[in-house]
Amino acid sequence: MLLGRTANGLYWMNRYIERTENMARLIDAGLRIALTRSQDASEEWNSVLLSAGAASAFAAKHSDHTAENVADFLLRDMSNPSSAVAAIETARNNARMVRTALTRETWESINEAWMSLKRVLASPIDQRELPGVLDAIKRETALIRGSFYGTMLRNEIFDFAQLGTYVERADNTARILDVKYYVLLPSISWVGSSLDNYQWESILRSVAAHRSYRWVYEAEYKPTNIAEYLILNARMPRSLSFSYRFLAEHLKFLGEDYGARHPAQEIAERTYARLRGTEIKDIFETGLHEFLADFIKDNNRLGDQVAQDFGFY
Amino acid sequence: MVAFDEMLPAEAGLRRPYEAYDGWLKNQDPARLTEKMRDAERVFRKTGITFAVYGEQEASERLIPFDIVPRIISGNEWRRLTQGIEQRVQALNAFLDDIYHRQEILRAGRVPRELIAANEAFLPEMIGVRPPAGVYTHIIGVDIVRIAENEFYVLEDNARTPSGVSYMLENRETMLQLFPELFQRIKVHPVENYPQLLRQSLAAVRPNGVSGAPTIAVLTPGSFNSAYFEHAFLADQMGVQLVEGQDLRVADGHVAMRTTEGYKRIDVLYRRVDDAYLDPLTFRPDSSLGVPGIMDVYRAGNITIANAPGTGIADDKAIYSYMPEIIEFYTGRKPILGNIPTWRCSEPDSLKYVQEHLGELVVKEVHGSGGYGMLVGPAASKKEREEFSKKLAARPSNYIAQPTLSLSTCPILTEKGLAPRHVDLRPFVLVSDRIRIVPGGLTRVALKEGSLVVNSSQGGGTKDTWVLDD
Repeated sequence: MLLGRTANGLYWMNRYIERTENMARLIDAGLRIALTRSQDASEEWNSVLLSAGAASAFAAKHSDHTAENVADFLLRDMSNPSSAVAAIETARNNARMVRTALTRETWESINEAWMSLKRVLASPIDQRELPGVLDAIKRETALIRGSFYGTMLRNEIFDFAQLGTYVERADNTARILDVKYYVLLPSISWVGSSLDNYQWESILRSVAAHRSYRWVYEAEYKPTNIAEYLILNARMPRSLSFSYRFLAEHLKFLGEDYGARHPAQEIAERTYARLRGTEIKDIFETGLHEFLADFIKDNNRLGDQVAQDFGFY
Repeated sequence: MVAFDEMLPAEAGLRRPYEAYDGWLKNQDPARLTEKMRDAERVFRKTGITFAVYGEQEASERLIPFDIVPRIISGNEWRRLTQGIEQRVQALNAFLDDIYHRQEILRAGRVPRELIAANEAFLPEMIGVRPPAGVYTHIIGVDIVRIAENEFYVLEDNARTPSGVSYMLENRETMLQLFPELFQRIKVHPVENYPQLLRQSLAAVRPNGVSGAPTIAVLTPGSFNSAYFEHAFLADQMGVQLVEGQDLRVADGHVAMRTTEGYKRIDVLYRRVDDAYLDPLTFRPDSSLGVPGIMDVYRAGNITIANAPGTGIADDKAIYSYMPEIIEFYTGRKPILGNIPTWRCSEPDSLKYVQEHLGELVVKEVHGSGGYGMLVGPAASKKEREEFSKKLAARPSNYIAQPTLSLSTCPILTEKGLAPRHVDLRPFVLVSDRIRIVPGGLTRVALKEGSLVVNSSQGGGTKDTWVLDD
């Protein structure tokens, strides 16, 4: 038995932890391009902002798409609710609210991450220190995940928190793909150009998949392979299929616990079945952008349905 | 005026309860102790044992400073204290029952009628209501000060929603982590079963109709409340839900909480929300912290609210001055623990005396708490005293005055070694079918040299409190 408000807190706690980490990855990928391709840097930073869903908020505050401005806005600007520092604070506030549902180690790891990142992100970041700051963010979130997986009982508390992780992750990966969908479309004039190459690598990098890609596919980047990897590969931990495998699973556990089948479970299972039954060429045929836009919408709907099914509000 | 030091009183030398500790302390490297002090702070910050200070934007979450030198009480001293405390809480509950029913003490003229009728803490809604098991104040924190070897006084009876018990528990936990060897050498009564006792105590006062284990919950105003850590801590340790007003609603004559599987009934609510916010339909209509309609459920006997609404009338500072009469009236005996002489400024003679002696007295607001709005005469400037005097003249019945007591001192560890600081003591009492007192309590210490204000919101710290098993 869990309070609806507690389930809601757990869900958002993990969404915001996931978001904190994803911000660091996005900037990491942008930085990589900015370092190697000086001319195209500002366009790349713009797509980082688009992927983060922060382009218009950024434009209201800054005019130049420089590494300094973007990193500052996405990492340490408290007026941007998705910035790393704001996200870890929201995660921590939620954790504080549900702390009786967390193991001591999990709570402490979140509290320590918050303290440490607040300190690290307190003053403007020197560009030379940016890689170190991104590492610190990834390390703190990894520590949280470690204590969470290592100590939490696999019960409804775990399930609700995991729902938050995977809804956020699916949303994030889908956005990254959608912002760059045109780079992945097979276009005769572009294929094989060096422009595509680094753009493709950037996509993989932002989901920490540039190395594992080569374990699964041939060494050469191919847009259809990249799309397939991030959308359909159920073993790739940041893919849409992987996220939905676990969303369906955790909703099934909750259904079994409560002796009821909820609408949210239907939605997750339907989406997962669709991902499993699809080949990448079908997606390209019907339109990658259309597919992703629908997916993002459905994913949001799943979040709303979970809130409704389990008395979040 | 030299204060009584509980470890090393000026005239007598090292006191017995501290002998074993002193023997250990002598062999410690000062540098190691300083290091331990820093460890303690890290432990507290890491676990998030913080409190919020209202009105301070900057450090919105602060630590209560913790001192690593324990405050030690002998088994004998403790036995005397507990007898006095038991007598007192029995009288408090009897007084509450009487005040909300026959009001015999008013008829007997021992407490003035107008003191009750015109008091904000008196809730007419409670007249004729008898709480489950007849208990009004279930959890009490009695503030006790010491003046000399055998002189203890009660400073305040916190009979509404006393806080600080989580610090008692975490202080002990921290000491056990920092100095395990000490607890092997010295036999100290454990305090860690407090949450279990609290749970048993709350279960024992469940509503009449409930058979089997009752559903208990802790009601908090929310995570931005200054004592939120404690609310979460107690719910966690008792293994019960921590709920907010937004989680609760009244349905079919019961209070129920919204869970992931629908609404579930609550039988006993340990509320940490003030009376005024408890039920917007009965009290403050603008409150969203409480539960609309909970008072109807309560009056119908379908939920236990701990502490009961309206208990504030018993720990009101104006009522406090009548505690010796109240104890004698209901228990038929003289109080074991004394009251501090108190001038009620509502009485013209007393007001005159207080105005003439402002420089020697401590003047407090009748409804104040947390050390706010009080004047410590000897420490105040002439200007402060003059300003306070005007406030006093404008609303005399809002104030009481007490002599400036020389609170006992206990050593704390400073950069220059041990130094005496003033302390008080808040033991926690649980009342249900019986009275339970955990051997220990919260020792608050004024960290500033010479200061008498021990409140955590005003720069006070805490110590682990040891009751010796001797």
